[in-house]
Amino acid sequence: MSRARSVKALRGHPLTYLTLVAVAFFSAFPVYWSVIVASHDNAALAEVPPPLLPGGNFFANVQRVFDTAPFALALLNSFVVAGTITVSVMFLSTLAGFAFAKLRFRGRNVLLLMTVVTMMVPTQLGIIPLYMLMIKLEWTGTMYAVIVPALVNAFGVFFMTQYLSRALPTELLEAGRIDGCSTARLFWHVVIPAARPAAAVLGMLTFMTAWNDYFWPLVVLTPDNPTVQVALSQLASGYVRDFTLGLTGTAVATLPLVLIFVLLGKQIIGGIMQGAVKG
Amino acid sequence: MASPPGGSLRTATPSPGGPPAAQSSPGGPSGTGTPAHPRAASGWRSRLHRLDRQASPYAYVAPFFLLFAAFGVFPLIYTAWVSLHDWNLLSSDNPFIGLDNYKALFADGYFWNAAFNTLSIGVLSAVPQLLLALVLAHLLNRPLRAQTLFRITLLLPNVTSVVAVVVIFSQLFGRDFGLINMVLDWLGFGRINWQAGVATSHVAIAVMIMWRWTGYNALIYLAAMQAVPREIYEAATLDGASSLKQLWGITLPMIRPTVIFTVIVTTIGSMQIIAEPLLFGAQVSNGAAATGGTDRQFQTLALYLYEKGFRSFEFGYASAAAWMMFLLVVVVVAFNYLVVRRMRGGLDV
Repeated sequence: MSRARSVKALRGHPLTYLTLVAVAFFSAFPVYWSVIVASHDNAALAEVPPPLLPGGNFFANVQRVFDTAPFALALLNSFVVAGTITVSVMFLSTLAGFAFAKLRFRGRNVLLLMTVVTMMVPTQLGIIPLYMLMIKLEWTGTMYAVIVPALVNAFGVFFMTQYLSRALPTELLEAGRIDGCSTARLFWHVVIPAARPAAAVLGMLTFMTAWNDYFWPLVVLTPDNPTVQVALSQLASGYVRDFTLGLTGTAVATLPLVLIFVLLGKQIIGGIMQGAVKG
Repeated sequence: MASPPGGSLRTATPSPGGPPAAQSSPGGPSGTGTPAHPRAASGWRSRLHRLDRQASPYAYVAPFFLLFAAFGVFPLIYTAWVSLHDWNLLSSDNPFIGLDNYKALFADGYFWNAAFNTLSIGVLSAVPQLLLALVLAHLLNRPLRAQTLFRITLLLPNVTSVVAVVVIFSQLFGRDFGLINMVLDWLGFGRINWQAGVATSHVAIAVMIMWRWTGYNALIYLAAMQAVPREIYEAATLDGASSLKQLWGITLPMIRPTVIFTVIVTTIGSMQIIAEPLLFGAQVSNGAAATGGTDRQFQTLALYLYEKGFRSFEFGYASAAAWMMFLLVVVVVAFNYLVVRRMRGGLDV
C-alpha cells in the first residue's frame, strides 16, 4: 500500500501535470498572442471577445513593417553583429580556456580570479567611459561599436575553462607532447575537437544574447542604421499607437531565434543546466 | 566526449601546415609511448620548444585580456575618475570638482525616487520568481511525460528579447485594448491604467521580468536537483513526508550553493533593470521614456543613469550615479547573501 503510494508520488501526480500545463500555457501564450495580433488588423483588437486564432493579414503586416522601418538593413546588421561576436567568443574563449585549464604559467590563478570577479560587476558601471571611448575612436553609429566590445566576455572564458579542465584528459596532451607536438598543434588537433560540444553551447548562448541585446546598441547606434532590437523599439514606440505593426515587427525579429531554439532547444537547455551546476 | 581526439591528431600528422616547432615524429607510427624524442635532435629545437612552453600560455590568454582590458576593465575604473569631474559631452574643458557630483546626487530627490523604484521592482520580481522557479523545478524533477516539451516551453520566454517582451506585454497591459483589462472588466473588477500608478506600473514591469526569467531559473534549480541522490526522497516518502516537506527539508539544503548563486545573479540583474521601464514608458510617449513615466513612477536607477548620461550628456554626474548604483548592488547582494545563509540554520533543525 505505502510502497504503491511512494511510487505514485514520485511519478506524475495529476496535479503536477495540471500545474505544469498551466505554467507552460502562461509561458507560451504571450508569444502566441503576438502572432495573433500580427495576423489581424488593428480593428480586430478592439473586438470583444478578441480573436483567438491567427488571421490572414500577416504578410500584409510584414510588408508594412518593412515599409515603415529599415528592417531589412536591421536584420542584416544583426546577423553580421551576432555572427561575428559568436565566432569570436567561441574561438577566443576556447583559446584562453585551454590555457587556464591545462597550461601552467605564472599569474594564472590571479588572472582567472580577475576574470571571475569582473563577471559579477554590473556592466552599466562602465557604460559612460565606454561611450566616450567610442566617440574617441569615431565608432559611434557604426557596427564596430557594437561588435568590438563584445568580441570577448568573461563568462565565455570561465565556461570553457570549466569544461576543458573536466573533459580534456591531461594524459592526451602529454602524449601529444611526447610525440613532439607544439602547443599550437595540440590546440588545433586535440583541444578544439574536445571542446566542440561546449563551444557549440557557448556559441548558441552568445548568438542569442547578441541578437537580443538592446541597451548598448540603442546608446551607440543611430535610427537609420540600427540592429533589429533598436529598429523594433522604434517601430513600437511611435506616436501613433499601432499595435499590429509593433507586434508584427516583434514576430519578425523573434522568428530567427525561435527557429534556432526549436531546432536546438534540447542542446541549449542541456548547456544551461550543465553550466549551472558548475557555476 | 566527442570523437576520440587522438585519431584526429594522428591523421593530421602528415600535413606540413604547422609552425616550425611542430615537427612531428615520423618514427612513432602510432604514438604509443615510443620515446622518439625530437628534442634531442638539436639545440635550437629544444630552445624553441622551451620558448613554446613558456610563452604560449600568455599568447593564448592575450587576445582575451587585451580586448577585455580595453573595453571591459578600463571603462569600469575610468568611471571613478570621470565622476570627480564636471564632464560634459559638449564642453571641451572638464574641471576637477571632487565629490560635488556625489553631493548633488544625494540632494536630488529623483535619485532617491529611482533607488526606491529599483528596490521595489527588484523585490516584486525576484522573490516570486525564485520561489516559483523552485516549485517548478521540484515538479519537473521526477519521471514525467513530455519532459522535454515542458522544458522547452519554460525556456521560450527567455529566448524572446526584452524589446519583444515589453512590446507584447504593453499590449496585454494596455488600458483600452489590453487583454488583461478586458478579462478584469469581464470579471467585474474594472479597467486599470497600469502605467499611471506607482504600484500598478511596478507590478506590470515585475510581471514582464518574471515571465522572462522564471523558466530559466527553474532549469538551473532542476540541474542541481538532479544531482541529489534519489534514494533520499524514496526513504522520505516511505516515512510519509509530503512532497512540499521534501522540497523544504531535503532539496533546499542539498542545492544551497545553487540557490545562493541564483539569488546573487538575480539580485545583480534586478538592480540593473533598464530596458523594461524604458520601453514601457516609450509606449505612452517618447518623452516619457527616459524619465520612466510622466511622474517618474517607474524610473529605475539604471534609467536615471541613462537620462543623465545619454539624454543630457552629463557624463561626470552620470558616472557618479553609476558608482552609487554599484554600491547599492554590493550592499543588496551582501544583505541577500547573509539572509540566504541564515535560512540554512532554520532548515537544519
